[in-house]
Amino acid sequence: MTAVANNTKIGRGPGQPIYLDYQATTPCDPRVVEKMIPYFTEKFGNPHSRNHRYGWEAEEAVEVGREQVAAIIGADPKEVIFTSGATESNNLAIKGVAHFYKDKRDHIVTVVTEHKCVLDTCRHLEQEGFRVTYLPVGTNGLVDLAQLDEAITDKTAVVSVMAVNNEIGVIQPLAAIGALYRKKGAFFHTDCAQAVGKIPLDVNAMNIDLMSISGHKIYGPKGIGALYVRRRPRVRLVPMINGGGQERGMRSGTLATPLCVGLGEACRIATLEMGAEAERLRSLRDRMLNGIRARLPEIYVNGDLDHRIPGNLNISFAFVEGEGLMMGVKDLAVSSGSACTSASLEPSYVLRALGLDAEMAHTSLRFGLGRFTTEDDIDYAINHVAEAVEHLRSMSPLWEMHQDGIDIKSIQWAAH
Amino acid sequence: MAYSDKVIDHYENPRNVGSMNKDDAHVGTGLVGAPACGDVMKLQIKVSPEGIIEDAKFKTFGCGSAIASSSLVTEWVKGKTLDEAAAIKNTEIAEELALPPVKIHCSVLAEDAIKAAVADYKKKTGAG
Amino acid sequence: MGIYLDHNAGGPVRPEVASAMAEALAEGGNPSSVHAGGRRARRRIEDARAQVAALIGIAPSAIVFTSGGSEANALALRGCGRERLLVSAVEHASVLECGAAVERIPVDGAGIVDLVALEHLLAGDARPALVSVMLANNETGVVQPVAAVAAMARRFGALVHCDAVQAAGRMAVAMSDLAVDFLTLSAHKMGGPSGIGALALRDADFPLAPILLGGGQERRRRAGTENLSGIVGFGVAATLAGDDVSTGNTILEMYHLRDALEPVATARVPGAVVVAAGAVRLPNTTCLVLPEVAGQTQVMALDLAGIAVSAGSACSSGKVGASHVLAAMGLGGMAGCAIRISLGRSSRAEEVTAFVDAWAELAARKGFEVRQAAKAA
Repeated sequence: MTAVANNTKIGRGPGQPIYLDYQATTPCDPRVVEKMIPYFTEKFGNPHSRNHRYGWEAEEAVEVGREQVAAIIGADPKEVIFTSGATESNNLAIKGVAHFYKDKRDHIVTVVTEHKCVLDTCRHLEQEGFRVTYLPVGTNGLVDLAQLDEAITDKTAVVSVMAVNNEIGVIQPLAAIGALYRKKGAFFHTDCAQAVGKIPLDVNAMNIDLMSISGHKIYGPKGIGALYVRRRPRVRLVPMINGGGQERGMRSGTLATPLCVGLGEACRIATLEMGAEAERLRSLRDRMLNGIRARLPEIYVNGDLDHRIPGNLNISFAFVEGEGLMMGVKDLAVSSGSACTSASLEPSYVLRALGLDAEMAHTSLRFGLGRFTTEDDIDYAINHVAEAVEHLRSMSPLWEMHQDGIDIKSIQWAAH
Repeated sequence: MAYSDKVIDHYENPRNVGSMNKDDAHVGTGLVGAPACGDVMKLQIKVSPEGIIEDAKFKTFGCGSAIASSSLVTEWVKGKTLDEAAAIKNTEIAEELALPPVKIHCSVLAEDAIKAAVADYKKKTGAG
Repeated sequence: MGIYLDHNAGGPVRPEVASAMAEALAEGGNPSSVHAGGRRARRRIEDARAQVAALIGIAPSAIVFTSGGSEANALALRGCGRERLLVSAVEHASVLECGAAVERIPVDGAGIVDLVALEHLLAGDARPALVSVMLANNETGVVQPVAAVAAMARRFGALVHCDAVQAAGRMAVAMSDLAVDFLTLSAHKMGGPSGIGALALRDADFPLAPILLGGGQERRRRAGTENLSGIVGFGVAATLAGDDVSTGNTILEMYHLRDALEPVATARVPGAVVVAAGAVRLPNTTCLVLPEVAGQTQVMALDLAGIAVSAGSACSSGKVGASHVLAAMGLGGMAGCAIRISLGRSSRAEEVTAFVDAWAELAARKGFEVRQAAKAA
């Protein structure tokens, strides 16, 4: 506990950069850590030990966690199963449903801007013989409902559309999508890793059949997530991990009590604080965008600004390369592209899907604001970013050409 | 990935940033890379009548390693003959800056930039 | 709260592990992020990977972190690319129930895998196989001749997987001595946290087909943001467990406690049976049968006396029915009348004595002949 108590600035130790990467991961809330600790050392029972009090105590804690997760999405606790994280939830939801219903339905609909684990799962299913429709998005990052409607057929097993994009923060119209698909009998899965605790969600009002939830995106621990699986009408899955029969037979393996407790507590806190926090973050984000705009010309926000969670800004700084810029803003922890792919040096596929040129995609940074971001952080960040961009533009041959009125697209660049 | 101290030094204190008049008869300009690939380097050399590179300037759009590679070569080419400059190998640049394997292309680009600037100068003066 | 003698179901996290985890939880960072916080998280993970690898004597790159033993078992069996899965009849449910392709290798009365039967199974079908035999059984503690199984499997070109979840930290586990291709580990059976485990590969470049697809984590063998605090805790637990095994300190104490428990228990209750008493077993596990008295009944009576033990393994104890392990050993009706007592490093002689007293009292109530405890010398 001393490690927690000493941490005066959450997510930022002394001499550490300002953390503006809340879509990559969030610091575990100290209130969450505090709830978890006793389950490591004192209340250490195996929640599946049914015949002694150590087991009962652990099971009770797990079930409280399950209720707290269910509450934030308007579900019945029986419909929530714990997993090791949103990646597992997404894999299980899509592969599980596809495999279970494969004799009657062999088609999957998803969107090109989904998280990599959804796209990789779909590609894998294509190799197994499933057909997958990857829907495009508009320049604002949103899916077109008419195209979606057209794509769903009576052979479609699952429609998987994320609620909030991890790179650009745009919110897909879940309720409208939910109203569409059902008449054709497909199941609706939504990756809500970035949405839970940020925007109101209701599995019944939105007609959601499967929903993926992550712990570490909502100030909970890493290594835990959940999958909502609707009971009426019942959604069935082929499990990926068999054995002990835990989690209604859909996901075997000993549940990690402290992690379940942590995810539950993270959901409880988010439920209470979501409204006020969204307001606060929106004002911080507006402050940041206005501040940067006042200092720098030729900056572009990627993705729709209105249909967007308040804690995300994704900006292209024209004529400055993103990775070089990351190095320049060393007092900030931000990312260029998503954390999972930013080591690959490829421009973000999400930004490309918005119709951005590769060169513009290369100039983008993602700023993720969250629970522990302050106004001082934002003011510091504005100045720091502006200085870095100005410095890099002063040594950018492209900025120089732009100043000289040369259209960069008119030049024959040699590919290398 | 972690950058080496030398890369950080060149990134934070780039040597010889700037531009020369590309129409000057004594100036050779190399422009290599492509915005779509995430790196563009412009390297300019000013050559004395004796064929010695007396000054060099660069501008680079790219990551820290690309900036450092181009900054480094502006230091290296100064005082060299055209042939000596053109003989600089990307491996020497990569070694000096301790570039990781994923950043080797930055040193290749810097080598290309020198060669392009030298070729441009030779073309201008008809020496090539 | 009472006496906990159910360590094979999982035990408390060791204090050193808990403090390392609290620190990792507070610090955070996504190991895939390229900024300083991400790189620090990445370094913590790689340090832990080296610690876990050292426990079983392999290269760190051969460790794939998973969410636990069940996932690691599934990853080996589903990811190995073999059509036939030959698994011992006493395996954990996550192995036994891993798909329709599973064929069972019988065990003898001591719970030891039948090598003659295995040879017949391997010789009888030319399709490429994976053989999966656990190192130590969770219910009886019986240790399997895994190296011999591996040698035989290899003669037929089969791959070998070994679930070492219960063994690691309680006996020496060297991947090279076992000569298996895949080995499963779980942190919470060795003083680490639940929710984290690993699959170790003999060949770090084995083309394992992943179960979880997505980001390129774990060298593309297991997608998903790493369980940072869990991995850090696993690393510390592995180091501590390795020290225990190499010095023999707490291991020997458990061994002596267990070996004192069994003769006393059977001396007090002559009608009781120690399962696989003659076999090589883990130093901490005893499986006791009280004929005609359901294991569940015994466990509940002991719980009332403040003593936690189990009937069968925790994963399946929610289900009604006899232990598949004891049934496979041919115990027949006795299979439903067994309890497991599993000691931990914190277990003390008084706790074991309290267990024997409470259990003898239960036996007496059930009409068994019960003798007085020998006077302490």
